[in-house]
Amino acid sequence: MMQPIPRTLFAKLWDDHLIQAETESTPAVLYVDLHLVHEVTSPQAFSVLRERGLRVRRTDRTLATMDHSTPTTPRGRDGRIPVVDMQARAQLAQLEQNCADYGVPLFTLGSEHQGIVHVIGPELGFTQPGMTIVCGDSHTSTHGAFGALAFGIGTSEVAHVLATQCLLQRRALTMEVCVDGVLAPGVTAKDLILRLISEIGVGGATGHILEYTGSAIRALSMEERMTVCNMSIEAGARAGMIAPDETTFEYLAGRPHAPANADWDVALARWRTFAADEGSTHDRTVILDANTIKPMITYGTNPGMGIAVDAPVPTPSHLTDASERRALEKALAYMALTPGEILLGKAVDVVFLGSCTNSRISDLRLAAEVMRGQHVASTVRMLVVPGSQEVKRQAEAEGLDEIFRAAGAEWREAGCSMCIAMNGDELAPGQYAVSTSNRNFEGRQGKGGRTFLASPLTAAATAIAGRIADARIFAGGR
Amino acid sequence: MEPFVTLHSTGVVLPLENVDTDQIIPARFLKTTDRLGLGTNLFADWRYDASGAPRPEFVLNRLEATSAQLLVAGKNFGCGSSREHAPWALLGYGFRAVVSSEFADIFRNNALGNGLLPVALPESVVERISSLIAREPTASFTIDLETQTFALPSGERFDFTVDPFARHCMLEGVDQLGYLAKKEVEIAAYERTRAGAY
Repeated sequence: MMQPIPRTLFAKLWDDHLIQAETESTPAVLYVDLHLVHEVTSPQAFSVLRERGLRVRRTDRTLATMDHSTPTTPRGRDGRIPVVDMQARAQLAQLEQNCADYGVPLFTLGSEHQGIVHVIGPELGFTQPGMTIVCGDSHTSTHGAFGALAFGIGTSEVAHVLATQCLLQRRALTMEVCVDGVLAPGVTAKDLILRLISEIGVGGATGHILEYTGSAIRALSMEERMTVCNMSIEAGARAGMIAPDETTFEYLAGRPHAPANADWDVALARWRTFAADEGSTHDRTVILDANTIKPMITYGTNPGMGIAVDAPVPTPSHLTDASERRALEKALAYMALTPGEILLGKAVDVVFLGSCTNSRISDLRLAAEVMRGQHVASTVRMLVVPGSQEVKRQAEAEGLDEIFRAAGAEWREAGCSMCIAMNGDELAPGQYAVSTSNRNFEGRQGKGGRTFLASPLTAAATAIAGRIADARIFAGGR
Repeated sequence: MEPFVTLHSTGVVLPLENVDTDQIIPARFLKTTDRLGLGTNLFADWRYDASGAPRPEFVLNRLEATSAQLLVAGKNFGCGSSREHAPWALLGYGFRAVVSSEFADIFRNNALGNGLLPVALPESVVERISSLIAREPTASFTIDLETQTFALPSGERFDFTVDPFARHCMLEGVDQLGYLAKKEVEIAAYERTRAGAY
C-alpha cells in the first residue's frame, strides 16, 4: 500500500475546503467557513447582490462590524457618536442597512462587542483552528495564528463569498519561517515580525503562505502570535499560519462562540490533526534566530525598511541596485532623515498605541507597566486605542486606563483609529509618530505624516522620553 | 466588465518599486459606497499639492500622460491594503493595463476581476520599455491578451502569462461570480458532508 504524502498545515486546510480542485484552465473552488465584513470594503459587494437579485448564502457564517471609518473620540455624556463627516456617516448607515436587508449579524458602533474586525473574531471565539477565514481586509492574515487559513480579499470577492460562500483560488506556495531561540527582555513579537520583513523585504513572500515554526513561535502567547501573523501581508504573503497547540486551545476554551461541552471534545480532537506531517516540505524556508533580535523600528516608507532601534539609518550610496537606491532616497526624503542617522533620541510628536497589530489586552498591559507612575513628555500626544469594546472593558477592570490617563495619554474608544486615518484620528503634515500599527506608507497615518513602526514597549518608552527610546532599559528582568 | 482583447496605447512610467495601494488611492477616499469617481484621486498625494493644484513634476500631470492607457511601474506594484478601490481608481483614470516585473497577489486578483490587465514582464524588459518611453513619449505599444504578447513599436514581442480562467473572463467581458454561482449543487453537497464540523 502506498504511504500517504506528508502534508503541510496549509495543504491539509486547502484539501479540507476544496469543493472543486483546480485544473489548468480553472481555479479551485474553495469553501469559506467564516466571512468577516466591515463598512469600507463591503458596500459595493452588497450592490452586486442587489443588482443580481442574490441573497447572502450563509448569514450564520458571516459577521459584520464597524471599525475603519468610526471615530474613537471618547463619547460625550449625551452618548452622541461624533462621526468624522457625512460620507463616513453614510457608509456606516449603509452597512447597517445592508446587514438588516440581508440578515447579517452586525456589531454596530456603540454595541458591546464592536471593535476591530481582527480583534473581535478571535476574542469572541469565532476564529477557530482549521477554518478558512476571509475578509475584505489584508490583515485577515491575523487569524492564521489559530491554525486557520485566513487571507484578505477584494470587494468583488466579498460579493462572491456573500453569494456563494466560496472563492476561486489558485493554490499558493508555502514558505516555512522557523524561529528558534528566546526573545530577550524588552523584545516582543512585533520586533520578531519587523525583523523578518526587514530581511525578506515587502515582496519577499509574494505568492506564498507563511508557516511559522520553531521554539520561539511556540513560546508566544496567542495575542503575540496574532501580531506575527497580522503582519505576514507586509512581506507580501497571502497568509501566515501557526499550527494550533495547547496555547491555542487554552485561549479558546470558554470563549462565547467556541464549542462547549461535548462539542468541545469533538472539536479538540479535530483541531489536534491540524499540524504539519512529519516529512512534509515547503517551497522555501527562512530561518531566524530569536536570540539575535533586538527592538526594531522602521525608518522608511514601507514595513521592510526596518532596523534595530540602536542601528544607523542605511545610506543610499552604499546600495548597488539603482532602483533600491532611488527607493531609499525617496523614503529618507519623505521621512526627513539623514543617512547614517541614529533614531534613538529623535524627538517625536505623537505616539499611537493601537491597531489590529497591537491593541489587545496584553499589548496594553505591556505599555501600562512601563508607564505606571510615569508621565508622557509634554511635547508628545499619546493615543491609546483599545482594539475592541471588550479589550476596553478588560483594561478598565484592571485599572490600565487610569495608568494611561494619569500619565497624560488619551484613553479612547475602540477602532482602527490612526492606523488608517480615515476616521478623524490622523497626523498633521510633517509630524513624527511612533506607532504600534502595521504600515508606515507615505500618508498612511495622515497626509504628510511620518511613521516609525515599533512595539508597544518601544511606544510606551518613547512617549515618556519624548524621544525614540530603547525599551530594553525599562524591561528589567522581563 | 468591459472585454479586454487588445490594447494599443502610449505608456507612462512611474519608476518606483513597491507602490502600495495607499499611494494609488489614499484611505480618506475610501468612504465612498460607489465604484465610480475614484479616478480623480488616483495617486492623489503625489499628484496634487497641499492646495489641491496639480504638481507639474508628477508624471500623470504631464501632457503626454493624458491619453495613456498603459502604466509602467517598478516591482511589487499594488502591495499593502486589499482595497479594490485601487484598480477602480486606475480604471477610472483611464488605465487599462499595468506593466511591472511583479504584482502583489491581492492587487493582481482585484485588477483581473475588473478588466485591468496586469502584465508581468522580466525586470530587464520593464527597464527597456521605461527607457523607450523616456526617449519617445509618443511610442505606442500593443498588448494582445489572446496571444499573451506585449509588442514594442519596433514589432519586437515579449510573452507574458495570465491565469487562463481570468484571461477567459477578460476576453469575454464576463465576471467570475457567474461561474461560481453555477456551482450551487456542489457547494450544497459539500456543506452536507461538513454538517456538525463546528
